[in-house]
Amino acid sequence: MWSWELFWDSFSALLPGLWITFAATVCGALLAYVLGLVFALIRQVRVPVLSQITFGLVEFIRSTPLLVQIFFFYWVVQPWMGVQWSAFWSGTIALGLHYACYTSEVYRAGIDAVPKGQWEASTALSLPRRRTWTGVILPQAIPRVLPALGNYTISMFKETPLLLAIGVIDIVGAAKDFGADHYSVEEAYTMAGIFFLVLSFPSSILVRRLERRFVKH
Amino acid sequence: MLDNFGYFWEVVLKGLPYTVYATLGGIAITIVLSVIAGLALLSGSRTVRFISRIYVEGFRGTSELVQLFWIALALPILIGFQLVPLWAGILVLGLNHGAYGAEVVRGAVQSVPKAQVEGAVALNFTPAQRMRRVILPQAFIETLPPFNNLFIQLLKSTALLALVSVPEMTKQAEELRPIFGGQVGVIYLIILVLYFALSVVITFVMRLLERAAARRLGRRPVKHDTLSDPLAGMPVGGSALGGKP
Repeated sequence: MWSWELFWDSFSALLPGLWITFAATVCGALLAYVLGLVFALIRQVRVPVLSQITFGLVEFIRSTPLLVQIFFFYWVVQPWMGVQWSAFWSGTIALGLHYACYTSEVYRAGIDAVPKGQWEASTALSLPRRRTWTGVILPQAIPRVLPALGNYTISMFKETPLLLAIGVIDIVGAAKDFGADHYSVEEAYTMAGIFFLVLSFPSSILVRRLERRFVKH
Repeated sequence: MLDNFGYFWEVVLKGLPYTVYATLGGIAITIVLSVIAGLALLSGSRTVRFISRIYVEGFRGTSELVQLFWIALALPILIGFQLVPLWAGILVLGLNHGAYGAEVVRGAVQSVPKAQVEGAVALNFTPAQRMRRVILPQAFIETLPPFNNLFIQLLKSTALLALVSVPEMTKQAEELRPIFGGQVGVIYLIILVLYFALSVVITFVMRLLERAAARRLGRRPVKHDTLSDPLAGMPVGGSALGGKP
């Protein structure tokens, strides 16, 4: 039942989905990078109450399925906040929020890895707290966490297809539609798998390079 | 708002067994595949290493949802044999997480100090004895924290099965949504809390195992300060900062 013709046809049908997947990955990743840092700083600086809430939220979000969170955000949080974003934005924000909980731990590990002497030296120089963070600690912590952030970006890329559950036409969504139009799903899904393999494999090699460059052993 | 709570609870609980079956089934396949593929990654034979590498990279490189759709929807057409969605789901969960687990096992075996192997050689252990008596017991304990994370990832992935019509918790919630539109928040909160509870159970069991394994090796158990591991969900086989251990 396999048709090579459909297989090759599905390539161009999936391309528009590829852009959606890319856009969701990039926007979600940016959100995760920024929000993750905010979460990590709240916990490191030990802002009272907020710090505990962040801790609980991070633990909870990390232990529950992204798919349910995407539904929750789309069907519950959005109406509750009185906004109506498109499925794409709603899903991307849920994705970014989910991964922010992972990246916050990455930042935390990166901050912890800055030697204690750096803090002591900043105190000795009586640098203000803000300057200690922005001028001393973060510039040392962030390069170390880049490879881990890269790995998460690849994971996000592979999880964007979940957005199809709220109607976003990404690569897999496009494959699904293509399959429904042609009464034959196997070619398009195989092509979707190849898309992911071809894109995520070189990225993981790139991340390994980054690792070798920034993380000293 | 809460008047239908009892009904929601009842409907969602009907999905709980499926979530649990999928998790346990997935975990069983994951363990088997990670041990086989992980040891194969360290094999002396180049062909074995190559096949295992293809499996690991193939499943880690593609999206889990694509794998699920492929095995649940495309494969039946190609081979003319339809798996029950739940079984197809369990198979995908196992295959996918087994690929990550293979790297865990490989890393753990490699982390056993070389002197241990040399000691076993000096004591005239056969290669099989060396593996069974010396390397694996020490590698085993190293695999427990990363496997804890992996199993929680697997639990979370069971929600995907809703998309191939397995009547697990997420699917049950989805069935309720069109009927109880305004109360959908309560429904989702119930399943989120249930998932969280299940993940706490997994962590609890793995901690017990870890303690037992440490005692068997005559080591002191490691203390944990958070509920889940700080590295939960890390690309497996790496440290918090992404470096290979």
